[in-house]
Amino acid sequence: MNIHEYQAKQLFESAGVSVPKGTVAQTKEQIETALSSFPSDQSVVVKAQIHAGGRGKGTFTNGFKGGVHVVSSRTEAISKAENMLGNVLVTKQTGEEGKEVGTVYFTEASDIDKEFYLAILMDRATSKPVVIASTEGGVDIEEVAETNPEKITKILIDPALGIRPYQSRQVAFSLGLSGDSFKQCVKLVSKLYDFFWNKDCSQVEVNPLVLTPTGDVLALDAKVNFDSNALFRHPDVVELRDLSEEDPKEVEASKYDLNYIALDGNVACMVNGAGLAMATMDIIKHYGGSPANFLDVGGGANEEQVENAFRILVSDDAVKAILVNIFGGIMKCDVIATGIVNAARKLEMKVPLVVRLEGTNVEQGKKILADSGLALEPADSLAEAAQKIVQLAGQ
Amino acid sequence: MSVLVNKDTRLVVQGITGSAGSFHTIQCMEYGTNVVAGVTPGKGGQKFQDSVPVFDTVQDAVDKEGANVAAIYVPPPFAADSILEAIDAEIPLVIAITEGIPVKDMAEVKARLANSNTRLIGPNCPGIITPGECKIGIMPGYIHKPGKVGIVSRSGTLTYEAVWQITSAGHGQSTCIGIGGDPINGTSHLDAVQLFNEDPQTEAIILIGEIGGTAEEEAAAFIKEYVDKPCAAFIAGRTAPPGRRMGHAGAIVSGGKGTAEAKVEALLDAGISVAETPSHMAEALFKVWNP
Repeated sequence: MNIHEYQAKQLFESAGVSVPKGTVAQTKEQIETALSSFPSDQSVVVKAQIHAGGRGKGTFTNGFKGGVHVVSSRTEAISKAENMLGNVLVTKQTGEEGKEVGTVYFTEASDIDKEFYLAILMDRATSKPVVIASTEGGVDIEEVAETNPEKITKILIDPALGIRPYQSRQVAFSLGLSGDSFKQCVKLVSKLYDFFWNKDCSQVEVNPLVLTPTGDVLALDAKVNFDSNALFRHPDVVELRDLSEEDPKEVEASKYDLNYIALDGNVACMVNGAGLAMATMDIIKHYGGSPANFLDVGGGANEEQVENAFRILVSDDAVKAILVNIFGGIMKCDVIATGIVNAARKLEMKVPLVVRLEGTNVEQGKKILADSGLALEPADSLAEAAQKIVQLAGQ
Repeated sequence: MSVLVNKDTRLVVQGITGSAGSFHTIQCMEYGTNVVAGVTPGKGGQKFQDSVPVFDTVQDAVDKEGANVAAIYVPPPFAADSILEAIDAEIPLVIAITEGIPVKDMAEVKARLANSNTRLIGPNCPGIITPGECKIGIMPGYIHKPGKVGIVSRSGTLTYEAVWQITSAGHGQSTCIGIGGDPINGTSHLDAVQLFNEDPQTEAIILIGEIGGTAEEEAAAFIKEYVDKPCAAFIAGRTAPPGRRMGHAGAIVSGGKGTAEAKVEALLDAGISVAETPSHMAEALFKVWNP
């Protein structure tokens, strides 16, 4: 689960990780109040809040350029904020539709002496948390990994022990810090790790982590992602979810425990099992089609779930055909077939359906489909099903 | 011979009285698996299906019934704890079916496993089956047939596709190991391949993988160096968009790493026959295996 920068910074502050002061506005009326926290002559950064990067270089659909502005007067700040709120920002990471800006974040402009990179995530190879630090902050870390990998320090943390003081010191030493800045950095790294661990984050990224001319160490940006599997034990984090940042079909699907991800093709699919669902998308592409979505109905392919799934699939106007691929193990194929037929009838579905069933009672299942009188084609193998569906979608 | 489980397996089911645990245990018992005990804390003393004793602790199941394999159908908030309990009771093989265990909990379990005598399979997996002898998990037993193909897979239903293709072609499986879809798990493709390589009954191996992580690449490197048995593979997720979790917690292309293309390249480089589509997994195997 993603959250906005301003939410991440609020969480950092509560966790004792130093951030510059910041306030938010979600309506035009709130802008002045939000700005009143800063002395009128102080430089302020006005930042559009969306769940995507590249905001600085982005453009709004109303023509206004840039989702991040440093301003030196209150009037300027108000003007920039008014141009952002309620408008759609398009960046390299949003896709051409862009994202609507519901919140603007104001933060004191920090003088910067040095920019570093600091992140914590779970290292898959070792199954341990890893702290990643680099003197090359404020740039794309993946580029640094390509060109100057020696400038990246990686420190593995023992999950049973947590971060040891000497490891936080290792980070601060690797960034070339000394004196009070060194101490601040050690404290920040340690608190950031505690935050990462206690809140079940999948990743926290501070880019840049800055050293100010007065020797302070602050997190100037904050990207936090949470492990969805752990949300059940963090109701306060769940509160931070911004549904407007998610595809409405995906939000709808999650209500019914359906695992759905929207893509941009026109052949929809409904499958039981994530691996098989991915493989079904792949085989559609293999035969020249374009998958409209990923959808795993899991072990619950009963009539109600099928109906919920169909409803979401047909709500996508781009969908020209639907491929159902169910390998019924415990679930019997005749039960699944009945569910499909009833759901399709109830929803008065007009979109062509290809249904490929395999597993227990497959012959009975196929008969139910054949006798249904619906625009429904059965298929025996997944290859046959994929070829049929691509052909139907093309018509 | 098969690997890990057979007719001598003595299974304890943790979470036996829950809805998933009870349903699947009955299915496994009908298949012929020797379920010797169940564990549900607080329900010790009960009998499951009038025959299987239920205990409060895993240690009791080991002491009183000689359980040597554990299957875990415990909900996500408590599943890691159940795994740790089985490890402390020194159960040599633990199969965690549960999907949705927090990653942090699994990092702690993995650290504990390193100092133990336990092998973990899963979590978020369909289980393990040696056809004709022992089924532990949620897979449909009837599609399997005793035979010579070892299968290791991150996905459940995709495995059933491969199994069904092999069985329909008149061949069978030695053991099918579902290693699960989570980013941190107990047994990797490489671990399974090592077992299959040493198993006299296994003549050929199918690896089924997906985007995320580098497990398939590691297995491929091992196969290139040390495995003479014919191998085939399929990788799901070529069309998955980067940065999205595709159902499985571990199925994600992150920072350009873990792509299907990279895995396929590594597998091909190791001389493994890679299926173009999920419908052609058995065919890919028969290209390199003449049984």
